[in-house]
Amino acid sequence: MTNETKQTLVIDEEQFLPRREMSNLERWLGTDTYRALRGMVTNPTSIVGLVLLGLFLFIALAAPILAPPISSNPYQIPRDGYGSVPKPPGTLWNSRQPELPFWWKPIMGTDQWVHIMGTASGQWDIYYGVVWGTRTALQVGLLITFVGAAVGITIGAVSAYYGGWLDMVLMRITDIFMAFPFMLAAMTLSAVLTPVLGKGLFPPMIALMAFGWTGFARLLRSDILSVREREYVLAAQVIGVKDARILFRHILPNAIFPTLVLGSMRIGSYVITFAGLSFLGIGAEVGYADWGQLLSFARAWMTNLGEYWYIVIFPGVALVLFTLSWNLVGDALRDVLDPRMQGSR
Amino acid sequence: MGVTMDNTREIALHVEGLKKYFPIRRGIFQSHVGDVKAVDGVSFDVYKGETLGLVGESGCGKTTTGRTIIRLYEPTDGKVIFKGKDLAKLSSNEMRHMRKSMQMIFQDPYASLNPRMSVFGIVGEPLEVFQLANRQERRERVAELLELVGLNPDFMTRYPHEFSGGQRQRIGLARALALNPDLVVCDEPISALDVSIQAQVVNLLEDLQDKLGLTYVFIAHDLSMVRHISDRVAVMYLGKIVELTDRSTLYANPLHPYTQALLSAVPVPDPVIEEKRQRILLEGDLPSPANPPKGCNFNTRCPKAIDICHEVEPEMVEVQPNHFCACHLVKPVG
Ligand SMILES: Nc1ncnc2c1ncn2[C@@H]1O[C@H](COP(=O)(O)OP(=O)(O)OP(=O)(O)O)[C@@H](O)[C@H]1O
Ligand SMILES: [Mg+2]
Repeated sequence: MTNETKQTLVIDEEQFLPRREMSNLERWLGTDTYRALRGMVTNPTSIVGLVLLGLFLFIALAAPILAPPISSNPYQIPRDGYGSVPKPPGTLWNSRQPELPFWWKPIMGTDQWVHIMGTASGQWDIYYGVVWGTRTALQVGLLITFVGAAVGITIGAVSAYYGGWLDMVLMRITDIFMAFPFMLAAMTLSAVLTPVLGKGLFPPMIALMAFGWTGFARLLRSDILSVREREYVLAAQVIGVKDARILFRHILPNAIFPTLVLGSMRIGSYVITFAGLSFLGIGAEVGYADWGQLLSFARAWMTNLGEYWYIVIFPGVALVLFTLSWNLVGDALRDVLDPRMQGSR
Repeated sequence: MGVTMDNTREIALHVEGLKKYFPIRRGIFQSHVGDVKAVDGVSFDVYKGETLGLVGESGCGKTTTGRTIIRLYEPTDGKVIFKGKDLAKLSSNEMRHMRKSMQMIFQDPYASLNPRMSVFGIVGEPLEVFQLANRQERRERVAELLELVGLNPDFMTRYPHEFSGGQRQRIGLARALALNPDLVVCDEPISALDVSIQAQVVNLLEDLQDKLGLTYVFIAHDLSMVRHISDRVAVMYLGKIVELTDRSTLYANPLHPYTQALLSAVPVPDPVIEEKRQRILLEGDLPSPANPPKGCNFNTRCPKAIDICHEVEPEMVEVQPNHFCACHLVKPVG
């Protein structure tokens, strides 16, 4: 009897060998995440995106060294007089010259500080605004995305998890929010909020958060609904796992990744929308280091941009590259992760 | 119903008139326009320690039956008596505790293990959720379980992606056995595996049944697969059981025209008989369970259908002792 049992239990050795060895990194990250990350560092598009992103991160972190602040508020762009005509790159500082960065003299061989990217009307230093504006862009982009994603994830998860009438109500609300043209809705809301909160970054940020969560809610909800039908979720129910644990241990970890990808793709577009609002004068006060704000200086010179190109080109290129870098990273992530998502925005 | 019991053996599971309808909803108001009658009045007993095979072609409602028994789906109607309780009436908390005694293994070994959890996490989870063991004890128990299903306990730290289909099915089995269940519903546990691995898993299931005194409901889509493992076999067609008897009787003397057709497709090892084997080909497709035919639901494909079959639904009758059949053409003997 026991012998017989032994007999049938002996299995060819190959059965005992795992199919594939995994590295510890892969174990820790989970196979999907690991594959995605590996795809990210081998895919040319994503490498370009990551390099650009690294550059912006460096500029943001090194801002005090690249452009030493003149006042206690580093986001205040220093100005060189009050003249209304912009000055081209390379013009010497006249008055109130800020402290020279230590790297200037060894490289340039002079201790004359110039307007590296010229000045805008009102003699605001463009270089300073672009450098510190990188910080603003990162802060604004990350914060809007973080809050928007958090709201969207909560609503999507609650909707998918409880289903029924709550799902119905939440999804109709989402539809309503999605029905508004994004830019227009954000503009209107920030215009309404500005008198209440005062002029500054918050009104447009809150407006973007208020209309930005819908995509996250939709995506996560549908992913949860599909993961919920997988057999391992049924298996968890069969072994008596409680609902909340099923959601957090079995469903969310397998459903959340596309939502995170969406987040990375949204950062760039939030920053560009935010800059658009700033350009229209909703947002940062005049003189605040913010790309959209800098671009708005060009409004008065629309017809002479051939001459005053530098007001548009420097902040404009920064903005485009910043958005591009997040989009490249997000696109690459989406491709390595999930063919289902291709084509969704 | 006409299903009487064999008094000499202890009944582990009694299913009576079980129905599971999936509502079909349409339109913006999601109005209820009909039902998919996936399981439509199924009754059977499973005796303690036996294996009941549940056979039928794809889409006939086997999986739904299994999942409704174990209450992954709420039954539309009927009784499922297990350990003296009607599972359909238990609260979700009572049912949760009942799950310690009834388990399930799934058809697709690639989908039934959470890719984000280690083997230790997966197999140890039942112990964790019922707080039956601390981490160290869990580790020991998981090692024991892995050995029981023929896996190396060192694999505990590995993740599902690292295993083959057969190995994964063993992991699923270890998880199912963690709480010492009495009843295991096996939903086509071998159909997704290579033929060479199938026999190993079936042998393992049989060994474990002997060792642990398990009772199985074993679902499969053809009769050759259940022949080896089943003590009794129930044949299902379009949400209903058409014939139920012990294995040898069924294979030697199938009564229902559907069973006869299914059996005619199974190759016989004896070359002389195999030579004479005549395939009964069923015409047409399985009708939609949303709109089953009137009368006997097999009448659209039955080679022997007579007038009454189109009008009256046949009752399940005990044609011979322990041989149940639902067909107008089959009359009880004596
Ligand atoms: N969740 C569901 N919602 C609606 N209809 C369903 C659902 N699950 C199953 N069905 C339908 O119920 C019927 C029976 O399905 P079931 O999966 O039980 O069949 P099965 O016998 O297990 O088939 P297979 O051999 O393919 O696994 C099918 O027509 C199927 O489409
Ligand atoms: Mg099935």
